[in-house]
Amino acid sequence: MTSSTDTVTPGGAVKRAPRRHRRKLTFDKVSFMVVFLGVPLAIFLIFVISPFVQALYYSMTDWNGFSPSMDFVGLKNFERLLQDDTFIRAVINCILLGVIVPFVTIAIALIIASVVTVAGPSKGTVRGIKGAGLYRAVSFFPYCIPAIVIGLIWAQVYDPSSGLLNGFLTSIGLHQFENFPWLGNVTTAMPASMWVIIWGFIGFYTVLFVAAIKGIPAETYEAVRLDGAGRFRTAMSVTIPLIRDSVQTAYIYLGIAALDSFVYMSALFPNAGGPANTTLVISQELFNTAFRKGQFGYATAMGVVLAAVTLLFAAIVFIVVRLSRGREEGR
Amino acid sequence: MMTVTTSPVTDRPAQTPVAPGGRSQKQSRGDVAVAASSHTLLIIWLVIVVVPLVWVLMSSFKTTDEILSSPFAPPKSFHLDNYVNAWNGAGIGSYFVNTLIVVGCALVIVMILGAMCAYVLARFRFFGARAIYYLMLAGLTFPVFLAIVPLFFILRNIGLLNTLPGLILTYVAFALPFTVFFLYSFFQTLPDEIYEAAQVDGASEWRTFFQVMLPMARPGMASVAIFNFLGLWNQFLLPVALNSDQSHYVLTQGMASFASQAGYSIDFGALYAAVVITVVPVLIVYVFFQRQLQGSVSAGTMK
Repeated sequence: MTSSTDTVTPGGAVKRAPRRHRRKLTFDKVSFMVVFLGVPLAIFLIFVISPFVQALYYSMTDWNGFSPSMDFVGLKNFERLLQDDTFIRAVINCILLGVIVPFVTIAIALIIASVVTVAGPSKGTVRGIKGAGLYRAVSFFPYCIPAIVIGLIWAQVYDPSSGLLNGFLTSIGLHQFENFPWLGNVTTAMPASMWVIIWGFIGFYTVLFVAAIKGIPAETYEAVRLDGAGRFRTAMSVTIPLIRDSVQTAYIYLGIAALDSFVYMSALFPNAGGPANTTLVISQELFNTAFRKGQFGYATAMGVVLAAVTLLFAAIVFIVVRLSRGREEGR
Repeated sequence: MMTVTTSPVTDRPAQTPVAPGGRSQKQSRGDVAVAASSHTLLIIWLVIVVVPLVWVLMSSFKTTDEILSSPFAPPKSFHLDNYVNAWNGAGIGSYFVNTLIVVGCALVIVMILGAMCAYVLARFRFFGARAIYYLMLAGLTFPVFLAIVPLFFILRNIGLLNTLPGLILTYVAFALPFTVFFLYSFFQTLPDEIYEAAQVDGASEWRTFFQVMLPMARPGMASVAIFNFLGLWNQFLLPVALNSDQSHYVLTQGMASFASQAGYSIDFGALYAAVVITVVPVLIVYVFFQRQLQGSVSAGTMK
């Protein structure tokens, strides 16, 4: 959750609001600036910025947190990470999450958003279907539920014997799912966990896309319709290209959330890792290494890798979107 | 784009009246098919969203025996013991109180500090303003996990580890960049004339802010406060890492430890009741501010 970057134009904005204070510094003004800027900034620097900076240093030490000695070991921690099979496994899992979760979430959210906004009758004004508000309001709600609770609810839904899912599947005759351990099986644990994250996010992004689609002038749709384009064609060639920026933002935020996944995985797999570590994520491994094993230097190095993966991910999304735009304009 | 719309997201097309007597009233067969399949699709989705939630609510009224023997049957009677057990026995009551204290204090502090900081950044020109702005951006971008270990030791060194004030401070610090960003654009849109009028009338900077500018920013403050409330209420990593004293647990971490403790002997009824207790405050906020929440998302400021 952040402000969108396009609202961020400090330079232009400063220009817009001309400053008129060239008067002498009074006590009022000085105390005002000190308190208004100083207090929030101090808290921010101490608790947010300084830990980030310290983390870079700790990641190059062998510190275990409680011993007074802290030796600088250079990049040794990172070399060790490369040979750490459990950690490599966690990185791969995170990449899977970062690729699949945003893709599926955005696909479903886009389908729901287009149906809600433009699936109405093909005559008269372009409009959505009836009851759009209700569909949207209900589907937005999971966004407000604490992630840990979403995880716990689904852990019960997936429960092998008394869970909702197996109950449903066996009741429609699929008896092979009786007592099927969704979260205990190597092949299903990861997809099942991904679904939990997707379930929690779809509503929010549906609302985002609905807003973006409504930003497209109705005339555009009417023109496309006059040209004889069908609904599917309209969605693929008109809607998606026109809301590309929203999709990009959504992909980045979803990717960042999915790369973390700490909360969901903690709720679904209390003993970190799931079957054969198939659902272990970097954040869980970091947490265990730091707060259970006490290897703080090594754990911080994991944090640095996680930050690097996150930034790399954002960069890749930017480049891909950029390239797809360039190709289209070249045509 | 920059202001918060508090106006509801209206369904522009859905409300368009059908032209009386026109041909458009008669829907083509294709349209009916599309509408039917769209509704089917959406209803399936609603079922997927709603059924797990309703199932949890229903289970919270059943005894643990009932839950294990007939997971899908409705409760035989309205069994409120689960709520009592969860509230007292599992400690959810004290977690709830802790959460109220932490989230309440953090919310008030971050709104005040965030508004002050955003106001100064947005309306005064001074050396370093741009640098502070980008520093805030950095604070939003990097994963909290990178900071968690040093943060642990910072809090330990100042003696605030495992205390509620320590947790409040970190909540404030990590909610600050978001708050400042959002309010920054809001304060920029406020007219200069009013500020100047206040100055001419001899109001001090302090008074101008608290009695003139802040009240004008109320719509923006409301939206940010709602999002901050949800974000802080749902916060999990910070308390788990920085607040390991069980008597100071907040709801989210209390839920996690309750669910993971003692494997077999979980009181499932109480677990479901605890889930409901955790979700209800959020549900209330959602029902009251639903339009405002969706409006803020729609304004493109909350991506």
